[in-house]
Amino acid sequence: MAEIGSFALLLALALSVYSFLAGIVALVFQHRDSQPSPQLAGQAARPAISSDDTSLGALLRQGSERIGETARRAGVVTFAAVLLASVVLVICAFRNDFSIAYILHHSNRDLPGPYKFAVLWSGQEGSLLFWSLLLAAYGFVLRLRYKTDPRLFAYASVVLAGVQIFFLLLLNFAAHPFAIVQGTIPADGNGLNPLLQYPEMVIHPPMLYLGYVGFTVPFAFALGALIMKYPGEKWINITRRWTMVTWAFLTCGVFLGAHWAYSVLGWGGYWGWDPVENASLMPWLTGTAFLHSVMMQEKRGMLKMWNMWLIFATFWLAILGTFLTRSGIISSVHAFAQSSIGDWFAWFLAITLIVFTFFFVKNKSHLKSEHKLESLVSRESSFLFNNLLFVLLCFTVLWGTWFPKISELVQGNKVTVGAPFYNRVAIPVALLLLILTAVGPLLAWRKTSLESLKRNFMWPTVGAVVVAIFLMITPQGWGSPFGLKPWQDISYFYSLMAIALSVLVTLTVASEFYRGGRVISKHTGQGMFASMVQLTHRNTRRYGGYIVHFGVVVVIIGFAGAAFNQDKEMEMKNGDKMTIGPYTLVCRSYTDDDAPNYASQWALLDVYKGGKQIDTMTPVRRFYKASQQTSTMPDIRSTLNEDLYLVFEGLNPDNGHPIIKAHLNALVMWIWMGVWIMLGGTVLALIPNAPAPIRVPAPARLEPAHAAPVVTGD
Amino acid sequence: MPSFLNLLSNLGAPHLASFARCGRLRRKAAGIVLLVLAVFALLGAGDPATRFNEIGHQMMCICGCNQILLECNHVGCPASDGMRNELMAAVSRGDSDSLVEQSFVQKYGPTVLAAPTTKGFDRAAYVIPFAALIFGFGLIVLVIRAWKNRPAPALADGLRPVRGAELEQFRDQARKETDL
Repeated sequence: MAEIGSFALLLALALSVYSFLAGIVALVFQHRDSQPSPQLAGQAARPAISSDDTSLGALLRQGSERIGETARRAGVVTFAAVLLASVVLVICAFRNDFSIAYILHHSNRDLPGPYKFAVLWSGQEGSLLFWSLLLAAYGFVLRLRYKTDPRLFAYASVVLAGVQIFFLLLLNFAAHPFAIVQGTIPADGNGLNPLLQYPEMVIHPPMLYLGYVGFTVPFAFALGALIMKYPGEKWINITRRWTMVTWAFLTCGVFLGAHWAYSVLGWGGYWGWDPVENASLMPWLTGTAFLHSVMMQEKRGMLKMWNMWLIFATFWLAILGTFLTRSGIISSVHAFAQSSIGDWFAWFLAITLIVFTFFFVKNKSHLKSEHKLESLVSRESSFLFNNLLFVLLCFTVLWGTWFPKISELVQGNKVTVGAPFYNRVAIPVALLLLILTAVGPLLAWRKTSLESLKRNFMWPTVGAVVVAIFLMITPQGWGSPFGLKPWQDISYFYSLMAIALSVLVTLTVASEFYRGGRVISKHTGQGMFASMVQLTHRNTRRYGGYIVHFGVVVVIIGFAGAAFNQDKEMEMKNGDKMTIGPYTLVCRSYTDDDAPNYASQWALLDVYKGGKQIDTMTPVRRFYKASQQTSTMPDIRSTLNEDLYLVFEGLNPDNGHPIIKAHLNALVMWIWMGVWIMLGGTVLALIPNAPAPIRVPAPARLEPAHAAPVVTGD
Repeated sequence: MPSFLNLLSNLGAPHLASFARCGRLRRKAAGIVLLVLAVFALLGAGDPATRFNEIGHQMMCICGCNQILLECNHVGCPASDGMRNELMAAVSRGDSDSLVEQSFVQKYGPTVLAAPTTKGFDRAAYVIPFAALIFGFGLIVLVIRAWKNRPAPALADGLRPVRGAELEQFRDQARKETDL
């Protein structure tokens, strides 16, 4: 099997190289020959070749078109070759083929089926193969849809092939997933890392990778558009869906990672500002900035150069994240084993930067736009500030991630940059961003009168202030987040601000729906809810975006709950009690269990609230036999108010008594609900707009039955 | 004071009245900011348990788990239990926060602190992001001002640009007609 996999990878590399080189040849000759006028570029506009046209130019054109087509097909077949290699690796995992080093190190005989499937992305070589597979899959879809705009797609296809070559070179020569074990083949494998043996780990990496890899597609279109001096903003329209889908995958991947950390790592938190977590956050931040700023380009033809750099930065940061995880240059609990492939990534990052900068400098005159603003109080200004804050947040995360290394270079010693640093630096910026999220949608393009801003903003502001005062004056006994006294602790102050601003954003979003719905209701006589549904359907992108904003504030409220977290740790023998917040835990007993893959110890704890038993919780501690590693499986009881999070930490080595750690984490469920709302909003924004019916009054001479509504596009 | 403001308004000097109101508001705002700062400056003078919790969350476990000291959840961790005991002892003795931190840094090295200090080169960790924020804001204001002051594109012969009240009138009309 290993030979088939190795051959498939070599074939994929050869096909990618052909797709890249032949694609370039075809584009160069087409460019020389046809030199399309700006009006015609971007359309399949080359003149048809007549049978009697035998000039050299026509022959060249015909030849280059054929070469271009073979390049496209080679790109399509690359997907099949990489898919074959991936399938072979998964089959090897299921067949327990420990002659392959990768399978030996990441699987074992008793590993459950779904995790054997997940072996594909559980280690260095496999995850690179998986990355390559996803890139090939994106390329496959792109190359099949080439008729949308053959010339632009041909450029994007060449860029994708270039990136694909890099990953296939890595797979063939630096991190081969089908490397054979030398000497005696062990009877069983080392097993999968216990922390990865969790259902979400089967979904989290594919989602994250779909996001990381997906940003290669808008980048490829952007670079293609830059190289060919694509006229107009059509390329933005073409890539919008790609970008949004990719953004949704990355969002999903980032939060699945947070949920996995929360559910498996057992430290009671969901985000540790680890370099690898930061690596996934950085492209998300610049990608979000890009999704906002492209609107400026679409609506006003502004920020063309900035958008180019923004999508390049997003792609580049996704690769940089991979470099961070693979090179071992920055210490992280997540990092893969240190290896030489970090050098490969460093070179690739440098080459992409040089190539992009070269074409940007060469063709930047094409990106010039006539920037004209009428007022500081306008949608355009809000987008500029929005972009500044997103990019600044990204810079802060990048700065914090690299600061230990910089400190080592400058003062000779490393420092730690953990959560306290980010809380001090990133939270104020995030709060500013939240203010903009509230104000931005209320601003009109070009200019907003202060009167209309005051009119639209007054009630949401009053609502936010009332909620803030209410949270301050209510008794703490009501639970989180009531009784918030911002003067007691800076974290309470941040929490209060975050919740108040979230209310502000929610009310501005609601007012947008209400005002739009009211107009439709007035014109059509429909009920308010039906009118708001119709309003949303007529402009799914705008109102889907508002729903995403609402999801973001729900997530922020969840984050704000962290200020109220409590934890307690104690040895608990049978019958012992622990009180945390409103809960009393009574230890009933401990028990053992044995499964083929692991042995486990369970704690049985009865949970009482207000004197009544409400649940029995069972935190588990597992010992994985193949890897000889221990792992905790916390038991979490989630409510809207708080999560009761119990960890069975093990037995005290001195007296053999079990140790239980209990966390009371406030408002965590809001984070996961918010993510679902964000994803729902994104899906809504991807739905095509419904045409708005315009009722045309029937001329007097026509019978009413003949008057039909006329539909228009948006 | 309100009567004085009313008097200014009645005397036909509303701008002076508004200026005086602004000045009063500014003084009030400055007072509130000072109060908030004073309140936060006084924070941290809590009981030993609170101080233990606060300082323990500013330090890292040095066992290699990359976790905050009080969040390290390894049973039998070779480092965190001893570190917690040391911290508790220091807090019980009444050592100041900086003394506790210094003694931990001397014993375990600078990586024991969960965030860079605000001394020497470490200060750059905090200064650079805020400097970038201020620089970015300044840059955007300059950019907006430059774009705003750009001359309007030239119109074809015979057409005159729409400005001022006339422009506002057209805007209002457009908003009414496309109010969605």
